[in-house]
Amino acid sequence: MLAARIRKARCSPGTPSFLLDVSIEVPQGITILFGPSGAGKSTLLDCIAGLTRPEEGRIEIGGDVLFDSSRGIHLAAQKRRIAYVFQTLALFPHLSVEENVAYGLNNLEQEKRQERVGGILAAFRVENLRKQRPGEISGGEKQRVALARSLVTEPGLLLLDEPLTGLDAELKAAIVDDLRAWNTAKRIPILYVTHSREEVDALGECVLAMENGHIVSAGAPMEVLDAPRRKKLAQAAGFENLLNGIVLDLRETDGVMRVRLEESACEIEVPLGYAVAGDRVKVAIRAGDILLAVERPIGLSARNIMEGRIVSLEQRGTLVIARVDCGALFVVHVTPGAVRALGLAAGRRVWLVLKTHSCHLVA
Amino acid sequence: MNLDALFLSLRLALCVSLLLLIIGMPLAYWLAYSNWRGKFLLESVVALPLVLPPTVLGFYALVAMGPHGPLGKLWIALFGHGLAFTFGGLILVSVLYSFPFAVQPLVASFEGVDRKLLNASAVLGAGGWRTFWRVILPLSLPGVVTAVVLSFAHTLGEFGVVLMVGGNLAGVTRTVSIDIYDRVQSLEYGEANRMALLLLVISFGVLSVVYAVNRRVWTPWAAK
Repeated sequence: MLAARIRKARCSPGTPSFLLDVSIEVPQGITILFGPSGAGKSTLLDCIAGLTRPEEGRIEIGGDVLFDSSRGIHLAAQKRRIAYVFQTLALFPHLSVEENVAYGLNNLEQEKRQERVGGILAAFRVENLRKQRPGEISGGEKQRVALARSLVTEPGLLLLDEPLTGLDAELKAAIVDDLRAWNTAKRIPILYVTHSREEVDALGECVLAMENGHIVSAGAPMEVLDAPRRKKLAQAAGFENLLNGIVLDLRETDGVMRVRLEESACEIEVPLGYAVAGDRVKVAIRAGDILLAVERPIGLSARNIMEGRIVSLEQRGTLVIARVDCGALFVVHVTPGAVRALGLAAGRRVWLVLKTHSCHLVA
Repeated sequence: MNLDALFLSLRLALCVSLLLLIIGMPLAYWLAYSNWRGKFLLESVVALPLVLPPTVLGFYALVAMGPHGPLGKLWIALFGHGLAFTFGGLILVSVLYSFPFAVQPLVASFEGVDRKLLNASAVLGAGGWRTFWRVILPLSLPGVVTAVVLSFAHTLGEFGVVLMVGGNLAGVTRTVSIDIYDRVQSLEYGEANRMALLLLVISFGVLSVVYAVNRRVWTPWAAK
């Protein structure tokens, strides 16, 4: 288990000043550190790995103190036994895959080193690349080699800084499966940094959400991400609709309140939040949570039904992004099949259907 | 053709470039990675020979090496003879004079190594020394080749400081460039031409190596 309490100011010229102030605990297994870029995720990882020195705090792994500002302890990065896979992977370009992986095993005898390198190359399915250089292998293979190189040292903690960016979902899943398989035997804490909602869903055990240098919420992915109370997080988590509104009234007994969306006559019902009538609020809605109908629907439990007009349709792969003007502009995701079946086209009159609980209040 | 002068020049250039490699590497490492704010002062000192006339450097070197200078006194105490007008003195002043030609390419290539690789090396348990030998140096090979070759070529072609500190003693301090000057002074144009042409060809060949390495026409490791 990793326990870290870190305070660090960043005041390098040219970048906005910034205070990292977090206290986290990472148990065995995968914990996701999620947040928009610039939230301080990489700085936090650098502090834990010993590449940057925090001004104040304490870092320990399973009882070993790596950093303690009050006692003047600051273990050098090379003594921390922490594996760190960088976003850029940082494979040594002049060394072969085998030499890269063996790099951290300097202290072992030749025979043992060979054995360990062979084992980890097999575990991550890259034995056939032994003699290749990083420049000669594919992106996914590089990521596997980088993981193997970090884990072969049998570290006490694994830090992953968006290591799977740029891979397709299937490849990502395969690599994560191999990582999980490896960790069922080793049982170390893994801190996995990402700003991709997709990866959170794929990995999801426990999520720490970070913003502006602070941990803003922690828990299971559903709890942390599906009720975003902060705007940046909402955008990062894939809420395509982020609308300003004014609270009209609260209906405590129903557990809802009515909100009029800015500069429109649109009124929607949202779950009750900390607000009073007249407050300005932001409402976050996923484009995939909105239903689209070509006739006024009746007999639905959904409380929000709005009439509007399709402004544009844009196909992206198997997804069609529809922009609908209901006074306020909504982004709605539909399938190409639905577009054909309903005869959707720009200018067409439609109704949007929104469940109350698909509307999230964002502070 | 005066082969003595040629061999003397080559011997001098070889000694100087090897010495500069040994002295230049730690200095360049420090210049590339230190966070000290006063670093620019040392960088300026290193670059001085680029702008100073050789007579200024030669003059101070000569004074320091003279029998009353600090270096001269030390040398006499150690070896029983002075440093000025000897091969040793020539090496010393040439090292000073070619300093930027060795140090600057080394600094540039050390600085060019991706910091992430150094971080990766550290988290994999390697200390500074191992990181230098296994990562920084192999990735800086073009810079090392440039440093050696440039300091070699620059020493081969120097004239002013050699004249100031070495004088013109056949077989001891009379280098090719001095020999050529002598020939011209005594109107032996044919001999001067042969030596000059030889120096031209050697310098061209040596510089071609530098630019080939930097253009990756020839790389000491497999291309990416």
